[in-house]
Amino acid sequence: MSPPPSSPKPVLLDVRNCRQAYHKESSADLIVLDDVNLTLTEGEIVALLGRSGSGKSTLLRIVAGLLRPTAGEVLWRGVPLQGPAEGVAMVFQSFALFPWLTVQENVELGLEARRVPRAEREKRAEDAIDLIGLGGFESAYPRELSGGMRQRVGLARALVVHPDLLLMDGPFSALDVLTAETMRTDLIELWADGRLPARAVLMVTHNIEEAVLMCDRILVFASNPGRVAHEVRIPFPHPRNRLDPSFRQMVDDIYALMTRRAVGPRASAAPVDPLAMPLQRVGLNQMSGLMESLAGPPYVGRADLPALAAALQYEVDELLPLGETLQLLDFARLEEGDLALTETGRRFVDADTDDRKQLFGSALRAHVPLVGLIRQVLDERWNHRAAAVRFRDELEDHMSAAYAEDTLRTVIGWGRYAEIFSYDEEAEQFSLDDIE
Amino acid sequence: MPALSLPFAATRRLPNPWDAAAILCVVAALIAVAQVARGGFAGIDTPGAIEVTLDPWNLPEYAVRTTLRMFAALFASLVFTFTYGTAAAKSRRLRVILVPLLDVLQSVPILGFLTFTVVFFMSLFPGSVLGLELAAIFAIFTSQAWNMAFSMYQSLSTLPPDLREAARSFQLSAWQRFWRLEVPFATPGLVWNTMISMSGGWFFVVASEAVSVGDQTWKLPGIGSYVAVALEQRDLAAVAWAILAMLLVIIAYDQLLFRPLVAWSAKFRSETTAGATAADPWVLRLIRRTRLLSAAGGMLADAMATIGGLRLSPRRRARFAEPASSRVTDTIWAGLLCVALAWAGWRVTAFASDWLVWGDLLDVLGLGTLTLLRVMAMIVLASLIWVPIGVALGLRPVWARRAQPVTLFLSAFPANLLFPPFVLTIVHFGLNPDIWLTPLMILGTQWFILFNVVAGAAAFPGDLREAASNFRVGGFLWWRRVILPGIFPHYITGAIAASGGSWNAAIVAEVASWGETRLTAHGLGAYIAQATERGDIARVILGVVVMSAFVVTMNRVIWRPMQAYAARRMTLD
Repeated sequence: MSPPPSSPKPVLLDVRNCRQAYHKESSADLIVLDDVNLTLTEGEIVALLGRSGSGKSTLLRIVAGLLRPTAGEVLWRGVPLQGPAEGVAMVFQSFALFPWLTVQENVELGLEARRVPRAEREKRAEDAIDLIGLGGFESAYPRELSGGMRQRVGLARALVVHPDLLLMDGPFSALDVLTAETMRTDLIELWADGRLPARAVLMVTHNIEEAVLMCDRILVFASNPGRVAHEVRIPFPHPRNRLDPSFRQMVDDIYALMTRRAVGPRASAAPVDPLAMPLQRVGLNQMSGLMESLAGPPYVGRADLPALAAALQYEVDELLPLGETLQLLDFARLEEGDLALTETGRRFVDADTDDRKQLFGSALRAHVPLVGLIRQVLDERWNHRAAAVRFRDELEDHMSAAYAEDTLRTVIGWGRYAEIFSYDEEAEQFSLDDIE
Repeated sequence: MPALSLPFAATRRLPNPWDAAAILCVVAALIAVAQVARGGFAGIDTPGAIEVTLDPWNLPEYAVRTTLRMFAALFASLVFTFTYGTAAAKSRRLRVILVPLLDVLQSVPILGFLTFTVVFFMSLFPGSVLGLELAAIFAIFTSQAWNMAFSMYQSLSTLPPDLREAARSFQLSAWQRFWRLEVPFATPGLVWNTMISMSGGWFFVVASEAVSVGDQTWKLPGIGSYVAVALEQRDLAAVAWAILAMLLVIIAYDQLLFRPLVAWSAKFRSETTAGATAADPWVLRLIRRTRLLSAAGGMLADAMATIGGLRLSPRRRARFAEPASSRVTDTIWAGLLCVALAWAGWRVTAFASDWLVWGDLLDVLGLGTLTLLRVMAMIVLASLIWVPIGVALGLRPVWARRAQPVTLFLSAFPANLLFPPFVLTIVHFGLNPDIWLTPLMILGTQWFILFNVVAGAAAFPGDLREAASNFRVGGFLWWRRVILPGIFPHYITGAIAASGGSWNAAIVAEVASWGETRLTAHGLGAYIAQATERGDIARVILGVVVMSAFVVTMNRVIWRPMQAYAARRMTLD
């Protein structure tokens, strides 16, 4: 198990051609991760960056041994992984603290499972609690703590076992902005000082700045199927300054990478089949709100995405779907990390409620063929009714069940707003009731 | 869009083939109900009015009569719930007396009182079967009403203040607020508690159909008395037929009424997030698909909406706050309560000193302790069996989904119908009734434990499971630190239901007979049953009061603190 002397940094983890698919009854398997490779050496912090649904959390669970990949292999210190490995500890987005255990008991749990004697257990737990700045809270129960404090417990619980690899699944995304920032800097400080009892860190995030602030290497994921699209090295030494021009440039570049990928296929070839186009769950208020902000003073029709995200306090995986949807409806265009309002978008912003419905309706008919299809079916039926199941089933022939559900929900919301059709939630039926 | 203004509204209500089937079912059900209901008003001397024969072909009629009693009682329970539960929630003064009263009533083993209620209702309707029917219905009512009323009271006391304020700002009258806000808000909890109540109710309907007071025995036509007769005549085949009939009745009730009701009540849930909803039960789909039935349902809903929308009280000028409570009225109210309490205490003492001696109390306390030991032993045994099984089922979503309806069904099945095979075994092998009659007490109520443990394990958060797995927590440590605390709140709910039901079941489970052979265990249940047979009212009352005291004490000393602890420590937020 000892590392070969020739390499200065021993390889901890080696993921080779990993693929994760869920079997689907009707048609093809649903592929969550496709042919992912990843090598992690000691002394690295690596981020898996991507939008929700790109499979990055799945990869983290495969590495943790919580999930067995459908194909490919995971080597942990050169040995194939069989279930949760001893040197791997995880920090959860939802904290995953046991509410019936005190802070001390939660932290001790991993040691208890390793049958560490009581005296040593208590000593090590106290050290970890002190290291992470929770001294004095040993006897508190998780519900007595704020979100930030809870995540500190989660961190202490993972660090107390002195893991070779610390896995973090969106560790700061359930926290408010200020708390998250404090936790990031605290963690990086410990890491830079060599006081963090872990040899490598692998973290999942959808926050670009977070990844650039903390990591040595970023793997940018693309969705549907999830795969590693780019690998970016961050050469800056710690501590990093967010306002440094080269830092800003790096964030901008990654934004551009992510938007370019998202734009690619859709711009080139419009899908012929109305049922093969997945829609993202974007609400009308969000869309009009974003368009109004874009049209307004600082931007006047064109905005830099990172700046816009910071101003609106949006994460990438909230802002990108919005931008893409506006682009789909031809209300705005995504260009190299910028979002620009189109002529139609401007007209929408200036219109009153009825005209907005009208504009939105024509945009739907022009760019979202599914809306037209539903309306066509309704027009042809003698009673002007159609079950939603029918469209869901057909959508599921072209995409995963979750995407089909999102698409259907989205199209229901949009169609109702534009008064193209009505929907009865109880009966799960489309109809033309109340549509003149 | 002028092209779309087709007259589809007119064509939408045309009947379709589903309607034909549905109407046929409705008409058949109405005819059956009408025919059977006539029996309920017959004179008691009418030939066959209170006679039960073992011909299996009579079972359908008996089954319908048993079911009708259930629904009559359910209706009465609903009326009680809407009045009592609402009064307890809304009036500060009434609450002082109504809530503790409800708490005690919940613990009273009502089977012990069957004797008096029969005599009472018979004297109300002398010479008519109606008296007996009402006594049986009353017994079922008492098994259902309390926890339904409690559920209503709890829902109303947790009504979100913003909804209350919205109702006030729209100046809804009390009647409108009741139907527009309070009842819909209480509906999901009420439906759930009704389901639990009905499960208990089947047990009581079976027990209350054949009643003997002193040397007189009445048998109301129904599945319960059918079994009673079968036991007297040692007819095992008839027992089997009765079990089959009950099985079919409960399947029908579950499929036709309860599943649709639960699915329907989901829309009153106040969270706006759509929870994981199961597919609509087929009956609900059928009702939606048939045009006439759904039109009828729509008319019913419209009528209900109109009634609920009536103001009933004149529109008042909205006032700022409720009138300040008056000290004088409070004092008078407290005084009245004290007088009533003193009078009740005097009556009880007078009655007891006439009929009982202190030795009776000692006897009963001793027997009560025996029954207490039995109940505890059975809860422990059932927990040891069902908790591991429930956890194993609950952690596998597919199995959990399958297990839930089955356990609910099992808990609804009246366990007293299953007693005969056990009794037969005990008689055959000459086993000690003090030990071997005991499992009968928990036969019907153990399912509450299983059901709740499965629900708890199924609701156990995935991230906590992952965390335990990530830190390689296994074996005994996993049970102690991870899963047992996780399911504990659910387990306690199940154990409370199981223990309460077991006390009640003791009255019928500690005494069993097969033809001439009688098996009696030593315990409070047997004491009450025997006193009832002798017509010894004083000792029945003593037994029932002591049993209630045992139940209340057990609730206060064991279950409540455990429940509070579970809520404080082990609830996931």
